[in-house]
Amino acid sequence: MMGLDRKIRILIAKPGLDGHDRGAKIIARGFRDAGFEVIYTGLHQTPEQIVAAAIQEDVDAIGLSSLAGAHDYLFPRVIELLKEKGAEDIIVFGGGIVPEEDIPALTQCGVRAIFAPGTSIEEAVKWARDNIKPRS
Amino acid sequence: MSKKDKLKTIEQDKERWIGDMSKLLSETPERLPRFSTVSDLEIKGLYTPEDIKDIDYSRDIGLPGVYPFTRGVQSSMYRGRLWTMRMFSGLGGPEETNQRFHYLLAHGETGLSIAFHYPTLMGYDSDSPMSRGEIGKCGVAIDTLKDMEILFEGIPLDKVTTSMTINPPASILLAMYIVLAEKQGISKNEIGGTIQNDMLKEFIAQKTFMLPPKPSLRIIVDTIEYCTREVPRWNTISISGYHIREAGSTAVQELAFTLADGIAYVEAAIERGLNVDEFAPRLSFFFDAHIDFFEEMAKFRGARRMWAKIMKERFMTKNPRSWTLRFHAQTAGCSLTAQQPYNNVVRTACEALAAVLGGTQSLHTNSLDETYAIPTEEAVTVALRTQQVLAEETGVTNTIDPLAGSYFIEALTSQIEEQAWEYIRKIDEMGGMVAAIERGYPQSEIAESAYKFQKQVDSGEKVIVGVNKYITDHPPITTWRMNPDIEQRQLRRLREVKETRDNQKVREFLHEIRKASQNGENLMPHIIDAVREYTTIQEICDVWRDIFGTYTDPGYF
Repeated sequence: MMGLDRKIRILIAKPGLDGHDRGAKIIARGFRDAGFEVIYTGLHQTPEQIVAAAIQEDVDAIGLSSLAGAHDYLFPRVIELLKEKGAEDIIVFGGGIVPEEDIPALTQCGVRAIFAPGTSIEEAVKWARDNIKPRS
Repeated sequence: MSKKDKLKTIEQDKERWIGDMSKLLSETPERLPRFSTVSDLEIKGLYTPEDIKDIDYSRDIGLPGVYPFTRGVQSSMYRGRLWTMRMFSGLGGPEETNQRFHYLLAHGETGLSIAFHYPTLMGYDSDSPMSRGEIGKCGVAIDTLKDMEILFEGIPLDKVTTSMTINPPASILLAMYIVLAEKQGISKNEIGGTIQNDMLKEFIAQKTFMLPPKPSLRIIVDTIEYCTREVPRWNTISISGYHIREAGSTAVQELAFTLADGIAYVEAAIERGLNVDEFAPRLSFFFDAHIDFFEEMAKFRGARRMWAKIMKERFMTKNPRSWTLRFHAQTAGCSLTAQQPYNNVVRTACEALAAVLGGTQSLHTNSLDETYAIPTEEAVTVALRTQQVLAEETGVTNTIDPLAGSYFIEALTSQIEEQAWEYIRKIDEMGGMVAAIERGYPQSEIAESAYKFQKQVDSGEKVIVGVNKYITDHPPITTWRMNPDIEQRQLRRLREVKETRDNQKVREFLHEIRKASQNGENLMPHIIDAVREYTTIQEICDVWRDIFGTYTDPGYF
């Protein structure tokens, strides 16, 4: 059933207490319109809840959105939990208010891309098409 | 010549002009197939007296300080007193934020505005597992009265007014402020300020929610009832369109949903048995000052006229102060760009000017670096200076409502008003704002507008300088970083407070809050008793979560 023609499944997630969901919702909708299967967690999710949802929904990637400054704890924590659950092949990317100097540390711990404010839907979709493949 | 004949002449002149224009346009067409505002409201190339022929000056525009207040809520406006320059501030712990407050006051700020960190906003203490990674990041960490004492060190509460952007735990922060004043020897009669306390727009847009809508409204009405009696200079709610707009709504939606929220609060307080003419004068508003200059001005003018009509005609109020829509404005965070961040200074200046020409009572101007982090001292100084330049150099404060009578501004004000009434009618038909929110109506309208705008930006139809046009690299700017020791200091202080306070009293007062929550008695006196003994925000909120349950995000997209 897991053939290559399977639709790519992406979980868009809002970790932590941050309530800014405009970007997350736009990207969720943009990905859906581009033909991906999209699950949106809604707001105020702990890293544990996000990883549980990702595994349960059998997604290929998680897109994390943070605009309240807690990305440097929350993003690495999601990756750490994925590793603990043996699901480190789920690709993690993120977006929001992330100062440029924070990006190297996030990429180093395994966040594959950070989309800054001003990213177009098209750019994000293109990146997802090029970088997210269905997990075997 | 009669007014009718004059209009006829204008109409004929205009038709001739259109004829001449169309010849010209066939050779050199206009730059765009369609001109529209940032909210996608179509704008004509020319407005004439014809466009305002249905407007009656005395009925629809009138004089400042006089119904329907289109020209402003005070009769002397900025000639009497400038707007309050109130910079939204909160960073790290109460020590750092206290320092920022003193800095801003020393540089000419005229009112305080507290930005709380997310755990406080959501009713959690710094030591909650929910707060990990969030302490002091997006505002100041406040867990107990102890933190408020540090936050206001050296600031007498009878000399300054304070706005607090706080919603589910608004009653608790207000209680802390009252006790803080008491400790400074200042009575409840003398303190002035605002709690945001607008839960409806939280469900719609800002999304710091805790309890379901009905118990949320009950606590809000408790604060209105208490303040009307005990804290006469306090603005009990700041009915907010800002977050609705930032979430992606149009100007019309911002205006309509905000006023519909206002209607819901007035109805809830009347249902409690309160006298509308006693509490209505203390309702205040908060709007976005977005980038579309004239649209915003028209929105502010229309807002005043609509609220006056709502209060006079719908709620039959008699007190003229019940009719006035006083508002705070903040320049649009969502209009700022991470690309070429210095351009943000220009955007903020234009937006602030629109708020001033729109007659705001209080203003926050965003800093150029806020697409990256909490502003640095240098960036926030430029933002504050922007207001001072507008107030004292440009001359725009010399006369009241200078754009009144402009064919365009008056026509646009009426157009925005009409479209907003249409939304309010729809919400009334649904059974009011609480019912509309439960249906997801405003939420989906906003998500729709946000997506549409993003598509317009992506296609280049809407230009954002530095983002989809005139793209160049910019060198990185220095941004504010939180000292990592702040987190430990905050946790340590909370632990010490819990160890040294009278825990027996805390338990007793929490029990009183539980009882009052269940039996419907006004909660405020009990909250005041509890915070005086250093009960934490989360300890009180946990009682409410236990009794009333919690609201979770339905996750529409």
